[in-house]
Amino acid sequence: MDWTGSSPDERRQMLAAIGVDSVEALLAAIPRCVEGLPGIPDGLDEASLLRHVSDLAQRNRPAGPGKCFIGAGAYEHAAPAVVEALISRGEFSTTYTPYQPEVSQGTLIAGFEFQTLIARLTGLDVANSSMYDGASAAAEAALLAIRYTGRTAVVVSGAMHPEWLCVLRTYLSGVGAEIRIAASEYGRTPLGQVEACLDGNVACFLIQQPNFLGQLEDLRAAAEAAHAAGSLFVAACNPLALGILASPGECGADIAVGDVQPLGIPLSFGGPYAGYMAVREPLVRQMPGRLVGMARDAQGRRGFTLTLQTREQHIRRERATSNICTNQALVALAATIYLCALGKHGLREVARHNVVRAHRAAERLQEIPGVRLAFDGPYFNEFVLRLPRKARDVCRHVRERSGIWPGLDLGRFWPDMADCLMVCVTETKTREDVEALRAALEDALQ
Amino acid sequence: MTDIPLIFEISQPGRRGWQLPALDVEDAPLEEMLPAGQVRAEPAELPEVTELDVVRHFTRISALNMCIDTTFYPLGSCTMKYNPRVTEKCARLPAFDLHPYAPTECSQGTLELLHGLQQMLCELCGMHAFTLHPAAGAQGEFAGILVARAWHEARGERRSKVVIPDSAHGTNPASARLGGYQVVTVRSDGRGRTSPSALREVMDGDVALFMLTNPNTLGLFEDGILEIAEIVHDVGALLYLDGANLNALAGIVRPGDLGFDIVHVNTHKTLSTPHGGGGPGAGPVGVTERLADFLPGWVVEKGVDNGFRLRRPERSVGQLRSFFGSTGVLIRAYAYLRALGGRGLRENSLTAILNANYLRSRLRETFAPHVDEPCMHECVLSAKSQKKRGARALDIAKRLLDYGFHPPTVYFPLIVEEALMIEPTETESKTTLDAFVDALLAIDREIDECPDVVRGAPHSTPVGRLDEVSAARRPVLTMPVNGAME
Amino acid sequence: MDLSDYRFTESHEWVQVREGLAYVGITDHAQEQITDITAVELPAEGKTVKAGDEIALVDSVKSTFSIFAPVGGKIVRVNESVVEDPSIVNTSPYGEGWLVAIEMSDPSEIDALMDESEYEELIAEEE
Repeated sequence: MDWTGSSPDERRQMLAAIGVDSVEALLAAIPRCVEGLPGIPDGLDEASLLRHVSDLAQRNRPAGPGKCFIGAGAYEHAAPAVVEALISRGEFSTTYTPYQPEVSQGTLIAGFEFQTLIARLTGLDVANSSMYDGASAAAEAALLAIRYTGRTAVVVSGAMHPEWLCVLRTYLSGVGAEIRIAASEYGRTPLGQVEACLDGNVACFLIQQPNFLGQLEDLRAAAEAAHAAGSLFVAACNPLALGILASPGECGADIAVGDVQPLGIPLSFGGPYAGYMAVREPLVRQMPGRLVGMARDAQGRRGFTLTLQTREQHIRRERATSNICTNQALVALAATIYLCALGKHGLREVARHNVVRAHRAAERLQEIPGVRLAFDGPYFNEFVLRLPRKARDVCRHVRERSGIWPGLDLGRFWPDMADCLMVCVTETKTREDVEALRAALEDALQ
Repeated sequence: MTDIPLIFEISQPGRRGWQLPALDVEDAPLEEMLPAGQVRAEPAELPEVTELDVVRHFTRISALNMCIDTTFYPLGSCTMKYNPRVTEKCARLPAFDLHPYAPTECSQGTLELLHGLQQMLCELCGMHAFTLHPAAGAQGEFAGILVARAWHEARGERRSKVVIPDSAHGTNPASARLGGYQVVTVRSDGRGRTSPSALREVMDGDVALFMLTNPNTLGLFEDGILEIAEIVHDVGALLYLDGANLNALAGIVRPGDLGFDIVHVNTHKTLSTPHGGGGPGAGPVGVTERLADFLPGWVVEKGVDNGFRLRRPERSVGQLRSFFGSTGVLIRAYAYLRALGGRGLRENSLTAILNANYLRSRLRETFAPHVDEPCMHECVLSAKSQKKRGARALDIAKRLLDYGFHPPTVYFPLIVEEALMIEPTETESKTTLDAFVDALLAIDREIDECPDVVRGAPHSTPVGRLDEVSAARRPVLTMPVNGAME
Repeated sequence: MDLSDYRFTESHEWVQVREGLAYVGITDHAQEQITDITAVELPAEGKTVKAGDEIALVDSVKSTFSIFAPVGGKIVRVNESVVEDPSIVNTSPYGEGWLVAIEMSDPSEIDALMDESEYEELIAEEE
């Protein structure tokens, strides 16, 4: 394909205006030029390209509707059709960071609405207009706490998503901060042990809600423990679960972060998703990322603009609060539209349905001989089953026989949990879907 | 004229915008499943609107945006080229919508595509290996810096400094700092370039990395690059390419051949994935062979059985975000590269350079170029003579809005007074470029004829210039639940 | 305004000794160049600095400016009211808009700074 703009004749006119015979004549200063790129196949016309990429897609074997019970940080939810239709508008997708607010009110209004929705969901004062994803948002929250408190250690729940822990380690390695991990017990964060880790050098305590194992943590007690040591409390919350769960703000969190993927964002093999970050007011000027604020023009008309920009890298350079530049605006827009379409009662209902369906499913699956819940605490839409066999073998057997992906084999992260299967049941799974899973698991365990 | 309402302002109690799948299992009161303390006292105050309310609101506000689909958008350093629709279609094929923990044997198509993208990026940049993991260019920079640090440490060295030119993007020093480095700035010379002699003065055995943008942010090729590479390598440091301006080099010269050890690619620039109003992008990072073991995330490998799988590099610096990467964005980048092929990429770069030089040749008499010589894919002009006549770069930018053009980047690079940084890209026609030049020349005349029109611009946009001082002094960042704004 | 007992730096800070403490702020010329100040970031009280160390950051909408200590010593007071309302630095740079007060370790450092007329010359040269 060729998407260049001018005709051959126009190109000749432009060359003449510049005063050269060819563009190559402008490149004399470049050493070691190449003749071509043999490692990149010849270009394709549109139809051939679609055919080729469709062929690749065909080589995937997706589970299909109602058959994927894997969650573990990326959740299958139903999204209203308007979400994709609206974010596909070129006015949103082919514009950039709203540096010129007069001609970017669409992006800015949507950003302000996102900030408001996240602040209301989390029960905190201010949210930014998105981060790369939940894990990097959690890492940025830890860095914020380190800057704000002047302390150099962070305490992290061992029941946090193992990949998020890995991201925290990577992000904090640069500034040399210490990470203390409170290993989980019975699927939850042992707050007694956390208190022992908390001292005057701890900038924040970070916990996930629901945690990686699907269990609900006691945010209020966690906040008290953190504050007793003068540390900030950071809660990493699934925003869909906040439709029904007590908000981090009402539980005492200073910072809430998370990934908006559960708000109807496609799984898309890991991304793009978007992170969110909300804080209490005194932390605003230490926040990373872009913030949209309200302003008036000379005629008194209300408008929106990027504000508090001196926190950012393009102005403060090495003293910026973060290196983040471009964020995940279009994904945040999708989450905004999702939250608006579902609305106040719709979000609560979908969250409630997740709880109900997951609990009904857990009851049914425990009826299989030898299968029991690994943890006895409350959960949202994900739970861990202990199986009489290795989860890995069971997963393969179930997949080969029925096409169902029954859940995540926790042996993937912890060898001592190789008999644990983590199952996620959202509103996308019907009674029949769960019955089919039950039958398939029963078959595999016979 | 009334304010454009926010979605919260059109909300009416009891309206619904979507119907949930019916509950086909036995319902139960929440308190049987969740302890009371875990349940939210009141539902969050989300809007209550119908589906049509949602469609109208977001369609209406979308019309308030300027975008590539409607307008020439020569925002320097951002490569606002046309985003082909076919790559959108590719990315939306349902079979690509896999869970990130999908079994390897069920995700072979995606893995093969990602492997192909890695290979093509290696060829494009002359690198040995690529990670597709980083979420954006700035995260790619951070990744590259961590790779450099890990490599030095593996050799038993702890170096403390990263050297960066004064013309660099702000992300470079911010990323270096995040990586734990002290930033040393090297000044550009009178030709707008990093002079090898100035670089030599700041390079020593404590420098881990020199980060260079090439062509640099002045749109000029760093023609001392071979000597620069030698100076950097002589003190045992590594050479990093900020690939923001790769759209000038693709198919013409490969960074690896010039001596770069690490490069990040902004897919939303050179590879035309949509900018999305500020993301999502992706920031793949390529390295030479000696650094490949340190890459973050995963590399996609082809096994002896011809199957594809993910592998964490042996001494990986870890992970920067959850899961493999922004696959949806990477599919678009793959499709774009396959559509163009090596020859198309070269043709793009040549045309981008042609367009920038054409603009430069038509504007250089009126707006002084910072360095008066041919440019690469963008040209940096200065409005300092216009400032003397009463209108600043910002005024000219705002007046361009009235002429129906998105302005260039202004006031960057920081080293240019009243900078206008214009990047036309290859997808614009001569007709568009001419209309843009005519508008700028007309504005230049207006500065003398009707200065207040220029200084008070824009006049035709949904809102005028906003009071950003008050917005920053007393920030209003969310809409209060009860009561009006302010 | 009588600035006869103020001393000035090349980086546009002023210093005035009041009851033995060196009060530091930015000059009227500096606040004009910065334009409307939107935020001020001050150091912690008790911090020890050398002459020339960065002690504060002053932001406008699109820029940030470093403020350097004209003299060395211990920072004993910071002006919280300019953090609350940064516009004070614009309206009263030499008065209520002061930034920090330093207990000087070497009061003779002040002698090396410019007086009012020397500073005015410097501004004239810059323009």
